[in-house]
Amino acid sequence: MKLKSWKELPEGAIIPGAPNSPEFKTGDWRTERPVINFDKCTHCHLCWLYCPDSSILTENGKIKGVDYDHCKGCGICAEVCPPSIKAITMEKEEV
Amino acid sequence: MEKGTFIKMALTGNEAYAYAMKQINPDVVAAYPITPATEIVQIFSKYVANGEVDTEFIPVESEHSALSACVGASVGGARVMTGTSSQGLALMHEIQYIAAGLRLPIVMAVANRTLSAPINIHGDHSDTMGSRDSGWIQIYTENANEAYHSVIMAIKIAETVNLPAMVMLDGFIISHEMEVVNTLPDEEVKKFIGERKPLYNLFDFENPVTVGPLDLQDYYFEHKRQQMEAMFNAKKVILEITKKYNDTFGTDIPAFVEPYRLDDAEYAVVALSSAASTLKEIIDEWREKGEKVGLLRLRITRPFPYEEVKKYLSGIKAVGVMDRAETHSTLGGPMLQEVKAALYDAEKRPKITGFVFGLGGRDFDDEQANTVLSMIKDLKDGKELPLYSFIGVRE
Repeated sequence: MKLKSWKELPEGAIIPGAPNSPEFKTGDWRTERPVINFDKCTHCHLCWLYCPDSSILTENGKIKGVDYDHCKGCGICAEVCPPSIKAITMEKEEV
Repeated sequence: MEKGTFIKMALTGNEAYAYAMKQINPDVVAAYPITPATEIVQIFSKYVANGEVDTEFIPVESEHSALSACVGASVGGARVMTGTSSQGLALMHEIQYIAAGLRLPIVMAVANRTLSAPINIHGDHSDTMGSRDSGWIQIYTENANEAYHSVIMAIKIAETVNLPAMVMLDGFIISHEMEVVNTLPDEEVKKFIGERKPLYNLFDFENPVTVGPLDLQDYYFEHKRQQMEAMFNAKKVILEITKKYNDTFGTDIPAFVEPYRLDDAEYAVVALSSAASTLKEIIDEWREKGEKVGLLRLRITRPFPYEEVKKYLSGIKAVGVMDRAETHSTLGGPMLQEVKAALYDAEKRPKITGFVFGLGGRDFDDEQANTVLSMIKDLKDGKELPLYSFIGVRE
């Protein structure tokens, strides 16, 4: 993304328009990424419920994956995935 | 109203300031009392209680809260004013930068008072000199009449460039001294200042905005560059608005600087605020004796009038700069340093010395003014002087 010059920005350091949080890619400093094993996932949605960044993707009652643009790699999803299932593992991000 | 006809009122500086605020009729005033500025908002609160203004008056628990409430109201599109002094201004320090960075045209009265310790309630410029780099326009007024007109102009200036402005009057010397003030009718003030047109408005639900988000290495610098552009533009806007004000009402308020008997001056003194009045009297006496001496009063110091300083002082043989504040740098007072910087690349650079005087409200009297002029004259005649001297202190 090309960064704007000072002449192109709205004054007062405001962000115009809403919602704009999706435009802020919070996933660029993640050190670990959650990886879902769909052979094990029961689609219980506990990970979806607990994710602090709304980064677990779901569609028609089924878990679909992770929004890696916004996932910060906190690992809460892997932690709350029931011990008998353990469908989510945290893997090191390659630099 | 016929140009040049005023309603003459006998007012103290604080009363004049509060009266201007009444005529401005701001949407919100949030304040906390502190000597010597207390009266400004105290008198104003009576206007509120009597229903003479429409203002929402927010009495808060500290100056930090006062300016924070002002910031909150200002991002909501309101016209906002406050007033303080000394420790109160120091407590606002953090929020001053926020008001400027968010580009909020808050106008603040400051009755200049020194800072503790030792504790002292009287007038010097230590408080507002500490706010030099906070991003506020700074206007130092010479008397109650100028303070009155400066507040009204400051509203227009601040709201045009979207920067906050502080308008100063010397604590007690001006804030509590009564003089004749040439006031304007309410409707003329209202017409001159018009309506505030904010850059953005938090209550504009059709156009939502996020105010004050995190701004890191990728954009912070660009926003600061924008803020500086506003200060660069303020130069032109201040000249235009001051001219329009004087043309409309027949007043004679200088914009950035007031040259006094400088035309053929061989040596000159630079001063701010009420000390300039004392110096003018003594300069008149010296002129009668045939001495070619003059004064340059700096009225607005942010943005700093380096072009005017260069224009008026270049070619003068010796200049002395008065500071009613210390920088504790050992390099002299703040105005000495800035005037020197402005003159560094002048074609005919004068010899310059500085004077720190009047700390803690010590009277600046005739004797001191005579000493100052004598020393500048000595400098002109080739005598070596220190970087700066202390005037009126017991050795």
